[in-house]
Amino acid sequence: MIETPLAVDVAFWFFGVASVVTAWLVFRTDSMVRASFYLLASFVNVGVVLLLMRAEYLSLILILMMAGEMAIMAVFMVMFMMNPAGLNPMNMVHQHRASVAGGVATFVALGAVGVFARFPDRPARPTGVTFALGQELLGESMLVFESAGAALLATMIAAIALASSRGRYGQADDGSDAPAFDPDRPFGDAPPRPVASKHEEQAGKEGADDMHDMRNMDHERMA
Amino acid sequence: MSLQGALLIAAALFAVGLYGVLSQQSFVMIMMGFELMVNGSLMATVALWLWAAGGNPKGQVLAIVIMTAMAIEAAMGFALVTTIYRTRKADITEKLRRLKQ
Repeated sequence: MIETPLAVDVAFWFFGVASVVTAWLVFRTDSMVRASFYLLASFVNVGVVLLLMRAEYLSLILILMMAGEMAIMAVFMVMFMMNPAGLNPMNMVHQHRASVAGGVATFVALGAVGVFARFPDRPARPTGVTFALGQELLGESMLVFESAGAALLATMIAAIALASSRGRYGQADDGSDAPAFDPDRPFGDAPPRPVASKHEEQAGKEGADDMHDMRNMDHERMA
Repeated sequence: MSLQGALLIAAALFAVGLYGVLSQQSFVMIMMGFELMVNGSLMATVALWLWAAGGNPKGQVLAIVIMTAMAIEAAMGFALVTTIYRTRKADITEKLRRLKQ
């Protein structure tokens, strides 16, 4: 057991519960941008809890990493999602009942393990953990640390290769399906897009709503 | 502040994330669910490191590996969302019907 002052206990439960509540609000808000900022709030709350749990280094890099990631995520929200400002009610869910049941069952199972399992009682020393982590990262566990770096480099290359519109063998979307913006028409009715002439046929689709028109304009502007 | 409390909060985060992954239609919201699940496991790892591992720094190294997995998941997820929007014009799972019977 670790004896902690009452204030630390109160802060632990406050930020812990806040992280769960903001995580829940991610899926309850109408606005996609607000959802990503609720997710950021949840991460910051977890970061504060990690700080209280003496993992200062992890807590700070978690908050820094997530602040950057959530900014990018908000941009993605605006790029890909309808209704970024949350002006209309939005409830884009499927298999809702099964999802709630799955979430509750997982919480009960994992929570039961957390509460009833007997873990060894070997608390960490109160000071010097960050120093010990530094020694470990640049000493015995250096291979793990460097492998994480190599994996991140591979991820960067793969993400650029996947997301680039210009592939090695020409435009990435040559021969892919033309957009099916009419919701009544099953996807894939339109003939495959001819090579290198995609922008003409995108322009005059019937039944395209405003958002999609804007997207088309964006595509043409970029091209 | 106790191991049990921390594991309970971690389980709640994981469960909320799982609910989001199963229920949301848009790809980016599904990725948010994945992030929450990884976040819960990160918190459980740090809690076990603090209370049950005697402060062995290898526990924190494991947490760093989990954070790396979180970053890789986000980067590859965004790249896949971009690719799938570009080739299929799909931004929700329901638009991917090609393999549906």
